[in-house]
Amino acid sequence: MSDRSSGTGVHRAGVFARAPAQAPAGGAHTLEADALTTDTSTPLPQTVPSPPADRPFARGLVPAPMPVQFLDDQGHRVQVFNDDYPEPAAEQLVAAYSAMVVGRRFDVQATALAKQGRLAVYPAARGQEACQVGSMLTLSKDDWAFPTYRDSMALVARGLDPVEVLTSPHGAAHCGYDPRANRTAPQATPLATQLIHAVGFASGEQRQGRPTVAMAFVGDGGTSEGDFHEALNFAAVFNAPVVFLVQNNTYAISTPLTRQTAAPSLGYKGIGYGIASEQVDGNDAMAVLAVLNKAVAHARAGQGPVLVEAHTYRLDAHTNADDATRYRSSAEVEDWIRRDPITRLEAWLRQEGLIDDAFVAATAQKAEAFAADLRARMSVDLVVDPMSLFDNVFGTPTPQLLEQRAMVQAELEAEEASR
Amino acid sequence: MTVTAAAHDGGIPAPAPGTAPQQVTMSGAINRALRDAMTADTDVVVFGEDVGTLGGVFRVTDGIARDFGPDRCFDTPLAEAGIVGFAVGMAMAGFRPVIEMQFDAFAFPAFEQIASHVAKMRNRTQGRVNLPIVIRIPFAGGIGGVEHHCDSSEAYYAHTPGLKVVTPATVEDAYTLLREAINDPDPVIFMEPKRLYWSKGSLPEDASPDAQIASSFGRAAVRREGIDVTLVAYGPSVDVAMQAASAAMGSGWSVEVVDLRTLVPFDDQTVVASVRKTGRCVVVHEAQGFAGVGAEIAARVQERAFHSLHAPVLRVAGLDIPYPPPKLEHLHLPGVERVLDAIARLQWDDQADALHLPESSPACDSPASDSKGGAA
Ligand SMILES: Cc1ncc(C[n+]2csc(CCOP(=O)(O)OP(=O)(O)O)c2C)c(N)n1
Ligand SMILES: [Mg+2]
Repeated sequence: MSDRSSGTGVHRAGVFARAPAQAPAGGAHTLEADALTTDTSTPLPQTVPSPPADRPFARGLVPAPMPVQFLDDQGHRVQVFNDDYPEPAAEQLVAAYSAMVVGRRFDVQATALAKQGRLAVYPAARGQEACQVGSMLTLSKDDWAFPTYRDSMALVARGLDPVEVLTSPHGAAHCGYDPRANRTAPQATPLATQLIHAVGFASGEQRQGRPTVAMAFVGDGGTSEGDFHEALNFAAVFNAPVVFLVQNNTYAISTPLTRQTAAPSLGYKGIGYGIASEQVDGNDAMAVLAVLNKAVAHARAGQGPVLVEAHTYRLDAHTNADDATRYRSSAEVEDWIRRDPITRLEAWLRQEGLIDDAFVAATAQKAEAFAADLRARMSVDLVVDPMSLFDNVFGTPTPQLLEQRAMVQAELEAEEASR
Repeated sequence: MTVTAAAHDGGIPAPAPGTAPQQVTMSGAINRALRDAMTADTDVVVFGEDVGTLGGVFRVTDGIARDFGPDRCFDTPLAEAGIVGFAVGMAMAGFRPVIEMQFDAFAFPAFEQIASHVAKMRNRTQGRVNLPIVIRIPFAGGIGGVEHHCDSSEAYYAHTPGLKVVTPATVEDAYTLLREAINDPDPVIFMEPKRLYWSKGSLPEDASPDAQIASSFGRAAVRREGIDVTLVAYGPSVDVAMQAASAAMGSGWSVEVVDLRTLVPFDDQTVVASVRKTGRCVVVHEAQGFAGVGAEIAARVQERAFHSLHAPVLRVAGLDIPYPPPKLEHLHLPGVERVLDAIARLQWDDQADALHLPESSPACDSPASDSKGGAA
């Protein structure tokens, strides 16, 4: 029996008396949420910094009853709970298209490198391009990202050197890039643990008087971790300028979403914390950009954190080491290929005359060149200095580490001499 | 940001120049160290559970929120992983967070953040992101506390590369070690012996925001000199070792007491120099003995000073049980008697310590008797 057929977690909205599933379209605030935030009859002592009483996100705190959408599967412009979100500018959409094409090519190349043994592992993001790229295009260069292992494509979209991004799976003990120079925290593997770093960081930046927004990444499975809860709660209490992006790709390795939650949508998880929340079609780049543009602006304006659930799908296995046929059907994968984020945006951009055959061909060429350059640079074995093992345990190594360093050095020298 | 005059003299006022340093409690010394550090550096912030208005359940942060304002000292939601993770982010944004875990056992929810992130960030970023965070943890027992309030968890932290682990045994050290911890570019687990919070002593004479703090990390202190046996202790057990040393004089033993002060970095030099001199060593700590810090110390001493030893290195540690109820904690905690019993076993006058010999064999462990005895 698969978990998917057990039926738990399927649309619970409406079971209880005042489930907000019937929120009126057009951005009217939901009564419950407003009642909670506007009752000032017994003022509480202020904590610092205090969250504003009014949180003017799309529908107060409550996400749309269905994922916000701008483009349907064929790339036709539709109206699905998107009234509150300005359509992204044409340049942003074209930039997203290019970055998605290059991003996918990077991702496919990285998967190939993993299969060839050049990388120890690679968690692919093919199929999640709208989220990976859309997230980064909505940040300004001074904002910070707090990504996971899944988000290498996002870092490439941010402009990080792909070789640096792949340094850890290539065999180094570190993240490969300079987090400060790239305004990007090291990719986190322990699930959901870096979300609270994003919160502390964003709150710290706010306290320092800097207008920085932090975007924190998590998967559907990661939302079950306690750290997800603590991060959202701290973010709300300290009114931290954080945007939480949940890429719900329906699986945590093999475990389906129904085993993670019984909530009507992961987007609903923000409400209980007092966090403005939304759900979006994560394969619709226009919708992702529209919602995240607004979320980032909301956070930057000091109006508090935002939680966005993006419904998407990873077309590849969890990593190159995973056999996805053990838990999902090829029919299911086919179904998601029909909702491909790149073909969808491309169709619309062509329709609007924003791109043409020449642009598409040039973009494809750019992506090929990117992959070729990556291949060439990754064909060189990573040089790791054995002595670097001791360099960054502490700022100043302890006497014990110095002893161990000397031992390893002597061993290596003896080995060298006996060659 | 400017700091008001009140910030300097809340809690414990600085003594007038020329007067003798006044007596303060250890919690007062920690409070003063926090204030002086906060005055010296506006990036130092204090947060945790109930540390603001209340001043912490042990009143260690008494008056700090009032005097420094809610931006510098504030209460957080009740979530220890959250507090530590928030500190990681604050440190990345340029602050030097000093955070409080309310009780030792309540730091366990934060262990993931401490072991996977706090301890590793420097390494994971090639030294580009260091985390100057101090995690203050009231630890150990002897206060008649109920379950979950008296644990000693130093071994977990000492076992984790990337963490410095510090524990003061005196009022003066509480001040200087905390100042040094806050100045340190790396994360420090600062373990405060609960039962010493009310102990009295004097602050260093130059205690002030701009005091030059001489480094004591990795430098054990010889608290008492002796020639017959070395007691190695730290935190709450130093006092026990000192009492045992006094009592041992009655039996004619001259006991040296080494207070480690920092478990990481560990001061092999001072410990080994002392044992080379005395030839005998007993390690005393309150945490359960099995796989504890004492095991590490005993191993290090015999690795480095084997030829100076007249007897095996012994440990006097807590029992390998969950922390006992108040009425039985005296059975668990290393006391003077148990330390004296251990000293008595140190093969004085070449008398073999027979405690662990098989019952069937005579109190002699020469290889000859082993081979004759066959399978003991
Ligand atoms: C704390 C923790 N537990 C378990 C794992 C092992 N693990 C790695 S990825 C993964 C699945 C995570 O799924 P999800 O959050 O949905 O993200 P996705 O991989 O689908 O992007 C698991 C269980 C981990 N990395 N961290
Ligand atoms: Mg997933």
